[in-house]
Amino acid sequence: MFVKKRVAVVGAGMTKFMRRAQETGKELCYEAVHHALDSSGLRIDDIESVALGTAPDAFDGLHMKGEYLLDGAGAWRKPYSRNFVGGGTGVFSPIHGWWHVASGLFDTCLVVAEEKMSTCLPHPQAAFLTIFDNLIERPLGPNLIWIFALEMQRYMQTHKIPKEQIAQVAVKNKRNALDHPSAQIAQATTLQDILDSEVLAWPVQRLDISPVSDGAAAVILASEDVARKITDSPVWIDGVGWNLDTTYWTNRDLYFPRYVANAARMAYSMAGITNPRKQIDFAEPYDPFDYKELHHMEGLLLCRKGEAPKLTAEGVTERDGKLPICPSGGLLGVGNPIAAAGMMKVCELFWQLRGEAGKRQVAGDPRTAVAQAWGDLMQIGTVVVMRG
Amino acid sequence: MSSESIKVEGDFPVHFRYTAGLAGEKFLREIKDNARLVASRCLKCGLNYLPPRISCERCMSRLEEYVPIESVGVVAAVTRCRYDPEGKELAEPVPLALVRFPSAHGGLIHRVKGTVQVGDKVRVIFKEKLSRIGFILDIEHFEKVR
Amino acid sequence: MTKQIPQPWGTPLKEEALQKHNVLTVDYKPKVKYAWASGIAIGRFLNGLKDGQIIGTRCDNCGRVVVPPRIFCEWCFKPTESWVKLPDTGTVNTFSISYITADTTRIKTPIIPAVIQIDETTNAGLLHLIENSKPDAVKIGMKVKAAWLPASERKGSITDIKHFAPVR
Repeated sequence: MFVKKRVAVVGAGMTKFMRRAQETGKELCYEAVHHALDSSGLRIDDIESVALGTAPDAFDGLHMKGEYLLDGAGAWRKPYSRNFVGGGTGVFSPIHGWWHVASGLFDTCLVVAEEKMSTCLPHPQAAFLTIFDNLIERPLGPNLIWIFALEMQRYMQTHKIPKEQIAQVAVKNKRNALDHPSAQIAQATTLQDILDSEVLAWPVQRLDISPVSDGAAAVILASEDVARKITDSPVWIDGVGWNLDTTYWTNRDLYFPRYVANAARMAYSMAGITNPRKQIDFAEPYDPFDYKELHHMEGLLLCRKGEAPKLTAEGVTERDGKLPICPSGGLLGVGNPIAAAGMMKVCELFWQLRGEAGKRQVAGDPRTAVAQAWGDLMQIGTVVVMRG
Repeated sequence: MSSESIKVEGDFPVHFRYTAGLAGEKFLREIKDNARLVASRCLKCGLNYLPPRISCERCMSRLEEYVPIESVGVVAAVTRCRYDPEGKELAEPVPLALVRFPSAHGGLIHRVKGTVQVGDKVRVIFKEKLSRIGFILDIEHFEKVR
Repeated sequence: MTKQIPQPWGTPLKEEALQKHNVLTVDYKPKVKYAWASGIAIGRFLNGLKDGQIIGTRCDNCGRVVVPPRIFCEWCFKPTESWVKLPDTGTVNTFSISYITADTTRIKTPIIPAVIQIDETTNAGLLHLIENSKPDAVKIGMKVKAAWLPASERKGSITDIKHFAPVR
């Protein structure tokens, strides 16, 4: 097998997710890293390499954002690199870190993800204008929400999914987040609240969307021998996958994220998962909008195409259900500082698989879980499979 | 059939509001309220970071102690800037210097009054209190110490 | 043995704190503008729009006919050299009824963005707008036709097509 060293997560930390933080991006990174080091008992000198993920420089308004954040990320005079794959960054970052250790090049790698979106005015969404084709789409005056609305509409119409079943995801995740100490807008919302919220671009309504956030999260990776010295319960990254589809998004059928399925197959194959539906105990798919959780459940091959809304309606995806989905509260409940949001899901897998998730703990001694992120122009799927 | 070369124009319709941050807030407030420089101190490594920051780059401890820094430093590097950020020639070149302070690890870059050379002692000159708003330009310039 | 995660750090601010300068900030507006060359394929596409014609390309390897046109097929990774004149009709693949503009300003009369699959292509669509007098009547699968600006007003832009309107 091409993996030289098995890779484990041995520590995790994150900041609060906030609508606007006083901390600079550097300071947010530091706060997350400090807690990751603290939780594992390691010192910064034990860290041989640092891999950092952060989404557009345009949010924080800083050129070469990766280099700017380095000091807070503990990367002073260390081998350091930054990755950026849009919303996929948060789960791509541990993959980027995984390369460092699995290759045998380093025994430890600190992985950090950060975003400070509140810097961008009048609204971070304005920075997304540039995601549309500069030559033949921007002149139409598009809004980022259009992309989601177009994808959501196609998904709903292809499978004839009523809006209520989709809105149920927002209710579940916002409620789950009440038990997450970092949560930005955890609340006991009702289905009616979601359905009554302002229509922005039908079928998208305001409460279908996760909030804009500032925040950072970090995990520490170690090779097998070193991991076993640090902790009695390392959490193994047994599968990694990433896959991108074409930027010609108007040439694709948006009802199914093929590239997520491709990334999932890559990760499952590496992890020896042949029947994800049975072998995955819980999952953290990327949920920037409520329908995305469903879209991604299907992309992760956890159920048949079009089946995810039914599983949600039946309660299968609740924390005490047969297949808990987003027990953390997801982006909808905890917040969405783009890169840090995906990393939050990886942290959640770490805590859940060690039985350290407190009130969020899913029942039944979970052993195997999957985290996934998504982004760019609806292009990338990034997937990690972890085992406790 | 038309065949001219077509160019499409666009801009980037955002602006930014940066918070000074936890350490930056302390640094700029000291300048605003007391016309003095402060650094943050790592008790473990014995370094006074200027400009101050909340974490030591070497041991990653959280830095909570702030110490005042002397107002006279030494020029480590100097240059004269002849063009503005858009490439237009300035009416008067602007001299800039990197100044290091004896008790601090780091230094400050700012405008210099008159001509200085590397090794010259310079003093930080602050604006009048009423003009100070908690901004790096509350420092007027560095001035050579006679 | 490791420790449980303590309470997370972070100093949340309310908008008022920033407005009242309780917290120090620095403002910056970047002065950047861009002028993009439209390239070979989109250059021809935009020139085609100026002439009231939608242009696509065919990959001679896999046979796909696509719009917007491109000088290579990204599936086969081979150059595409066949330029195809396409009809200005198509089918709605997906759409949205939008009450917000690009900078999130709210509007009363909705805009209807849509992906319109152009006829005679291999399921290739374009992002455009649907004529918005009857938002409730818009359906996936609806047949539409481009409404062009008069020739004298066209300048080689996607907006040379005003919108797509339902075909009666």
